Amino acid sequence: MAAMPAGTIYRGGEGMWTWVLHRITGVGVFFFLLVHVLDTALVRVSPAEYDAVIATYKTPIINLMEVGLVGAVLFHALNGLRIILVDFWAKGPRYQRQMTWAIGAVWVVLMVPGTFFMLKHTVEAMFGSAS
Amino acid sequence: MSTASQPGPVSIPAPRSRTRQRSNYELYSWLFMRVSGIVLVFLVLGHLFIMNILDGGVQRINFAFVAGRWSSPFWQVWDLMMLWLAMLHGTNGMRTIINDYAERDQTRFWLKMILFVAAGFIILLGTLVIFTFDPNIG
Ligand code: HEM
Repeated sequence: MAAMPAGTIYRGGEGMWTWVLHRITGVGVFFFLLVHVLDTALVRVSPAEYDAVIATYKTPIINLMEVGLVGAVLFHALNGLRIILVDFWAKGPRYQRQMTWAIGAVWVVLMVPGTFFMLKHTVEAMFGSAS
Repeated sequence: MSTASQPGPVSIPAPRSRTRQRSNYELYSWLFMRVSGIVLVFLVLGHLFIMNILDGGVQRINFAFVAGRWSSPFWQVWDLMMLWLAMLHGTNGMRTIINDYAERDQTRFWLKMILFVAAGFIILLGTLVIFTFDPNIG
């Protein structure tokens, strides 16, 4: 027991990388949100203007970026819940490493079908639909 | 008359410099990040699921789709809460990051000013759009 002094070296460990990712995804999502409120505000201008901007959201490249956005938000949300558990759950600090692997697993399990459904139309449009 | 020999009340002078009135702002901000985070899990992940994944995802979104949703107070309240909580949470997070990296007082001050003005504008604009939406426009 206790061969490894767990948690004494922060730099370079999972704790540092989840912190870096949490910060980057938080900033990225924040800037997207600013733009997203602006584009949605076009519903106050005219249906045509709004539909024109939304049409760009349906193009292949932007569609791919939406997968990135969803992945970023999902990581930030899951890791945020992990931070909250570490702070408030008595056993949180002890299990924080296991929780890091758990959110990684949940992220993959949700992103695989999520990516499939998000890209379905784009892939069908580009490579021909089976139906 | 034995009282004279007894030690008088000891008075301890107040410390010369008291730390100035402490504010609990950072504590409330820390708590707000966690409480808003929990609510945002439902609002934001639900929003992303409905808009990007469910039933054809982004391909089915247009003006008529928005009009249909905002005809219901449920989605109006959902979007309004999501707008305010996400903007306040995100702005508060950005404030922390500016405090971490901007070392000069002037730089910190102006970056935060830009942040707060931009955030205030977006929150007001979004709120106005939700409350004044007109399905028969144009
Ligand atoms: C979906 C649910 C979300 C959860 C559970 C969540 C949770 C958290 C938590 C717990 C923190 C840490 C605060 C601290 O360390 O004191 C945080 C930071 C942050 N969040 Fe979120 N958040 C969510 C959504 C969002 C959204 C939508 C945005 C963007 C608008 C955002 C932007 C940020 C930023 C910029 C930070 C600061 C990062 C840092 O200081 O390194 N978050 N979040």
